[in-house]
Formats: sequence, C-alpha cells, structure tokens
Amino acid sequence: MIRVGLPAHLRTLAGVGGEVALDLPADGQEAVTLGQALDALEARYPVLLGTMRDNRTGRRRAFVRFFACKEDLSHEPADFPLPEPVLRGSEPLLVVGAVAGG
Amino acid sequence: MSGVRVLVGTRKGAFVLTSDGKREKWEVDGPHFAGWEIYHLKGSPANPDRLYASQSTGWFGQQIQRSDDAGQTWQAVGHEFNYDGVPGTHQWYDGTPHPWEFARVWHLEPSLRDPDTVYAGVEDAALFRSTDGGQSWHELSGLRNHDTGSKWQPGAGGMCLHTILLDPVNEGRMFAAISAAGAFRSDDAGESWRPVTKGLRSEIMPDPEAEVGHCVHRIAMHPARPDVLFMQKHWDVMRSDNAGETWHEISGDLPTDFGFPISVHAHEPDTVYVVPITSDSLHFPPDGRLRVYRTRSGGNEWEPLTDGLPQQNCYVNVLRDAMDTDSLDECGVYFGTTGGQVYASADAGDTWSAVVRDLPAVLSVEVQTLS
Repeated sequence: MIRVGLPAHLRTLAGVGGEVALDLPADGQEAVTLGQALDALEARYPVLLGTMRDNRTGRRRAFVRFFACKEDLSHEPADFPLPEPVLRGSEPLLVVGAVAGG
Repeated sequence: MSGVRVLVGTRKGAFVLTSDGKREKWEVDGPHFAGWEIYHLKGSPANPDRLYASQSTGWFGQQIQRSDDAGQTWQAVGHEFNYDGVPGTHQWYDGTPHPWEFARVWHLEPSLRDPDTVYAGVEDAALFRSTDGGQSWHELSGLRNHDTGSKWQPGAGGMCLHTILLDPVNEGRMFAAISAAGAFRSDDAGESWRPVTKGLRSEIMPDPEAEVGHCVHRIAMHPARPDVLFMQKHWDVMRSDNAGETWHEISGDLPTDFGFPISVHAHEPDTVYVVPITSDSLHFPPDGRLRVYRTRSGGNEWEPLTDGLPQQNCYVNVLRDAMDTDSLDECGVYFGTTGGQVYASADAGDTWSAVVRDLPAVLSVEVQTLS
C-alpha cells in the first residue's frame, strides 16, 4: 500500500478527508515509479487529472511538488522508482502546493 | 413569487445572493469552492437550476463545476481544454511568436435553449463548446484560426476571450470579444468568424484603425434588439446599430470613457450603464467617487448615479464581468468591486445599497430572475 498525502484543495476536490491509500505495489511488483503512483492516483480520482501534471504533456505543474522520505522528487523523471519506505507504507508520498504569501 | 439570484465569482470562492422581488433582504450563501478563483459562474436561461462555474488556481489549474439544483450541490465535470490540432502562435508582448497555451476559463455562456450546451471563453484566446453539460469540450477553432490570429497580442491581463453574446433572434449569430484582439462575429454558430471592428479607433495601436488589436473590454446587447451593440473599449464607449458592421462613439459627456463593464436595462434598450474608471494607469474611480453612469438615450448624454454609493475615498475597480441587470418589472442593477462589495439597485440605478461589503475581490456578477 502506498500512502499519498494531498494538499487541502486537492483533498476537497477529490472528496477525501486524509491520506489516500493506493493498492500499489501490485502482487509481484517490486518497484513502483513516481509516474505509476500518480497514474494510479488520477485513475482513482479522475477529478485530479490535470491538477498535478499537465493533461497532455505530463509535465509537473509549476507550483506542485512531490516529496518523500525528506527528499524532493519534483525534478525526477516519471520512471523514478519510489523509495522503499514509501512502497512499504511506512512513509507517504507527499503532493505539496508551493507556499505563497502576501 | 418572483425573486432574484445573484451569482458572484470572487478571488477566493463563489457566493450566491438571493432575495425576493422587493430586493431588500438578502441571504448570502458561500463561499463555494473556498480558496479557488471563480472567474465566472452563470445559469442556463433554459433551466435556471443548471449553473456552470469556472474554478481555477495557479497551483492546480482549471476545473469546471456544474450544479443541477441552483447551487446547493456541485459536481466537477470536464476540464480538458485542448486546442484543435497543433496550435500555431500569436504575438507575445515583445512581438515575438508565442505558442497558444491554455491558462484558464474566463467566461461561461450557457445556450439560450439547451441546458447541456455551454460555451467557454478561455485564455489564451479561444472558444470552446460543450454539448453534454460540460463533460467534454471541443474548440470552435474557426475563431483562433482566423487569418489574423497570428497577429493577436495579449493585454496586461492575458490574452483572454471574455465576452460571448448569443443572438436570440438571428439563428447562428454570435459575438466574441478578446483582449487585445477585438470583436468578432459568427453567422454560422461559431464555425467561422470575422472581425467586426470598423469604426473603432485605438490610439495605443500603431495603426489606430487596424482590423485587429483593439482592447475590447465588454460588449452588451438587449435581447429584443440584437443588432444594436454597446461596447466598453479600453478607452471609448461605442455603439453599433448593425450587428458590429460599423461602430460610432457614444462617450459623450462621461467624465472618462475608460472602464470595464457595460450593461443594458432589461426593458429599455436605450438605457445603458457604465462605470467610468480614471484611466488605464489608474484603475479606480475619478476623484475617489464611485459613480455608475446611465444614459437613457442610447449614448452621449450620461447622468451620474451616486445615491448610496461611496462618494469619497473609494479606490476600487469594477471588472468587465462584474455588472448585470435583472428583468423584474422595475429593473434591478448589480455590480461587484475589487474591494469585495456587491451593490444592488432595485430602481434602475436611482438608489443603491450594498448587499455585502467584505467579500474577496469580485470577478463576476450574474443575475438570474426567478419566477
């Protein structure tokens, strides 16, 4: 099970109260990539399509970040393998909205 | 019993204001979509319970929301706005070619007859249509692909298609306005378009009378007389008596002819409202006095309407989509400000009062008259 933490606006949009649990990795699957996790998240909550990545190009939206295990994965490619603690469910994959003030 | 529902889009959510026909006491419902920018929301003329809302943020992009129960509940519908084919380029601020890039939906215009059909005006300027209640969107690319498209440039607010007018009499005729490309007309339900800018003059352009490049802020039409159009341009208030073929200026005795919104009285096609703003560099009312101006003669002769509006220390703006009228026997007029006030007049503008004073900056105001 992969746990995913969403920013408040995306939780509201998806209608979820807390973290989302994804049925990954599948049986026999040893690695899960960042792109696969986001694909699974969007498949479960289609309303999130386009909110984290551009619909057509797949590029991360400028003000969205992906963190895990105290590392910034935002600039990693879609086929970047998620860290082992994320696969075990002991650490979440965090989708983060950039801070803004004023 | 008659009443009104005022749909207010703001920088931080949507609000629904309701009142009976007297328009004295108001219920305020919201914020819906708290924290999101609601550029526009509007109800279907064919089914007033059907509402569409444009919801966006710079963080998470565009959503479209639909309500089938007058805003009590909402569902997210389709939000993929893909340009038809491989989009070419328009001009960037520095004059270089720049590819069309979708940014947001500025305006939603439901069909006059079919609640499931709705048009969307977007930035970068293009027109989309949905015929399935907003689930899917398809570009009417004849507009963007007009011969002049590569010459279009954005205004400071982005290259937005912000005005869509559907002609209730002439089947298939519609108008669109783009900042800063100009005004366009289609006579075949949006398949093909041509600029309708003859008579416009914009000193901010190298050729002040060029076919495209005019920064049209808003166009208004009275449904009983759809060939007569009123336009608030960047500078100048204009009128056309032939569906945009030619325009002439009707700024007359306005204190300034810069502004954003323009609206027409529900029952008097020659009664028109504007909100003069000091200038393009000073986006607030002249002298710190918030005044709506009304003409009852189709232009040129304007009277200030001030009763109930702040007449000192007022430095708000009124944006292009933030004024509308109801169609009760005594026409109501409504507008919202960037200071978060929504003002209403139940007597065609003679007197005003604030329905709410402290909303986030108001981006749009649409009024539904309920029977």
